[in-house]
Amino acid sequence: MDNEFTIDEQPVPFVPGQTILEAAKAAGYYIPHLCFQPDFKRHGGCKLCTVLVNGRTQTACTHKAAVGQEVDVNTPELNAMRRSLVQMLFIEGNHFCPACEKSGACQLQALGYEYEMMSPHFVELYPHREVDATHPDVMIDFNRCILCELCVRASRDVDHKEIFAVAGRGLDAKLIINSPTGKLGDSAFAVADRAAQVCPVGAIVIKRVGFATAIGDRPYDREPISAEAESCELPEVR
Amino acid sequence: MLNLETAAAPHRLRRVAIEPVSRVEGHGKVTILLDQENRVHQVRLHIVEFRGFEIFIEGRPYWEVPVAVQRLCGICPVSHLLAATKAMDVIAGFGPLTPTAEKLRRLLHYGQIVQSHALHFFHLSSPDLLLGFESEVAKRNIVGVAAAFPDLARQGVMTRKFGQEVIRHVAGKRIHGTGIIPGGVNKALSVEDRDTMRSGVDQIVEWSKEAVGLVVKLHETSPEFYRTFGEARANMMGLVDARGAPDFYDGGLRARDADGGPIFDHVDPASYKSLLQEDVKNWTYMKFPHIKALGAEKGWYRVGPLARVQVCDVLPTPLAEAERRKFLAAGDGKPLHGALMYHWARMIEMLLAAELARGLLDDPDIVGTDLMADKGPRREEAVGVIEAPRGTLFHHYRVNDDDLVAYCNLIVSTTNNNQAMNESIRAVAQRFLSGREVTEGLLNHIEVAIRAYDPCLSCATHALGEMPLEVDLFDAEGALVSRLRKG
Ligand code: SF4
Ligand code: FES
Repeated sequence: MDNEFTIDEQPVPFVPGQTILEAAKAAGYYIPHLCFQPDFKRHGGCKLCTVLVNGRTQTACTHKAAVGQEVDVNTPELNAMRRSLVQMLFIEGNHFCPACEKSGACQLQALGYEYEMMSPHFVELYPHREVDATHPDVMIDFNRCILCELCVRASRDVDHKEIFAVAGRGLDAKLIINSPTGKLGDSAFAVADRAAQVCPVGAIVIKRVGFATAIGDRPYDREPISAEAESCELPEVR
Repeated sequence: MLNLETAAAPHRLRRVAIEPVSRVEGHGKVTILLDQENRVHQVRLHIVEFRGFEIFIEGRPYWEVPVAVQRLCGICPVSHLLAATKAMDVIAGFGPLTPTAEKLRRLLHYGQIVQSHALHFFHLSSPDLLLGFESEVAKRNIVGVAAAFPDLARQGVMTRKFGQEVIRHVAGKRIHGTGIIPGGVNKALSVEDRDTMRSGVDQIVEWSKEAVGLVVKLHETSPEFYRTFGEARANMMGLVDARGAPDFYDGGLRARDADGGPIFDHVDPASYKSLLQEDVKNWTYMKFPHIKALGAEKGWYRVGPLARVQVCDVLPTPLAEAERRKFLAAGDGKPLHGALMYHWARMIEMLLAAELARGLLDDPDIVGTDLMADKGPRREEAVGVIEAPRGTLFHHYRVNDDDLVAYCNLIVSTTNNNQAMNESIRAVAQRFLSGREVTEGLLNHIEVAIRAYDPCLSCATHALGEMPLEVDLFDAEGALVSRLRKG
């Protein structure tokens, strides 16, 4: 009974210090997330992992598990909220899945499917955003950036380069690059950097290899994103 | 002959606009100017084309382009995929494709030709041809054909399905597949999928042969009418291989004049700009390409089935070649230029594509696993050309040092046929409309001529084979006299 809490009324064990998301994952229970990756500092930015802890909303990726907590994950209201969050992410950027090389391996798209997003629902903002292809091996398409800050954390905490940062607030927030020109090509970024591998959408992509895996044979073409809980593993982001 | 492109005094004329209601994928509109006696003075086909798409592609990474261009139009995604990928093979620096990769791409293309030609003939055109141009509108569709000719309708559906299945097996999806990538293909064909297709293909060859037979029979009911309806004497262009046989996937450009005389031959398509010129007219967004050396007046040309079966010297498969000879005999040794002759040529091509697909399914290379070519240095510029179901399709790209597309020019089949289509409907308007009270049946004659070319308009591919149209009749002062709506 000690070190146990419940998720949707099912008992889930935890190790002290684990977040609800980590404990859930270890127990094979899916809680959606976009800005979380186990190797990086918790961020709590995307709110996809929002759950009810004893009736109060919390982000499961930051909230520590505790004995006796009653956590609701899979409720119609929470799922409707998650769908709205995904829809907002879609309309805030320019996401054209059919032509995107990340299609089938994109976590945003996969969550759209998971939460049965049938339309953008909100008015699309179609912001004007650039493509930065100045780096010889890696490209950033800002049209697709969802500001999850995984690249920021990976570059700062793993690569120790601090190539990326988020500037501005709200709708004006944007990813910026730490280089004399603001261009990726003039930064110390390298294709082997961890930050080149973590983008959950098609914003940071390795050049010239897109579509090497046929659409239809990609991770989320085969299994929904929620299946990752069963394997207790995050699917490769690429 | 009266030049019907521009009337001498248009302000004094009544205006008929034939316009589709549905505008999903690019649309067409016909305007006709009539005088008080209903004599035709001006006929124009306006097609809204996707110039915007070229801008959409510019600034995008080159490896994304083959997939992105499939969204150019929902009608022939495989054609755009193949033409763009051929260009990107070069840009990405790949050498010659492996035999398996080239054969899989060809198989995909032949599958698409079968499905596209079957769709066009059975769904879109057979209602007019089998039930009559002026038959009851409510029944002049594939449902009406199915009721009157159930076996034929079923064969049409099954033939198209076979083509779609080929696309699905090779490209990964029935539409918008991604199996084809710069340098080759990313998916080997399984023996099981090959066997499934192989077991069905004989029947498709047989049905395609019957489809040619059906067009021949229709033609025999009124040879003169078929030969001359919407006749527009045009130069003809298509890709041919070294033997002079048509090559849907590759080859050199050949053009012949309206009498079959040579204009150019075996020209590397990469130099298309030195052969062709695209002109702009003030009344439509769609460009008018013509053969530079002949000038705009004389240099316009026709592409697609009717051009291809007549610019070639031979068809590379026995059944199709036998049918081509019968076709040529109908013209007494002279090229045929009637719009309805497209249907005959198109069915011969469907047979050809089915036979070519069969040949590939019997070739052990098709299930090979060596899929990607060797890669050399990246290049800056390339032209990818194929014979799409509707005719020659050009994709031309320049890619900058950052791997982004800096320049993109497309000439789609329908653009190549722009002037020829205009001439055909002018011929029809002059012959059938002029001096008469305009009725739905008469206006359908115009549609029949446009449809024969199989232009990529949403209206031409309406699911039930009707062009949803709105026809407005204006008087000489520009006031609306009547409105006719169908579809
Ligand atoms: S580029 Fe990718 S990883 Fe970086 S913030 Fe944007 S979406 Fe996240
Ligand atoms: S995963 Fe918890 S807030 Fe993003």
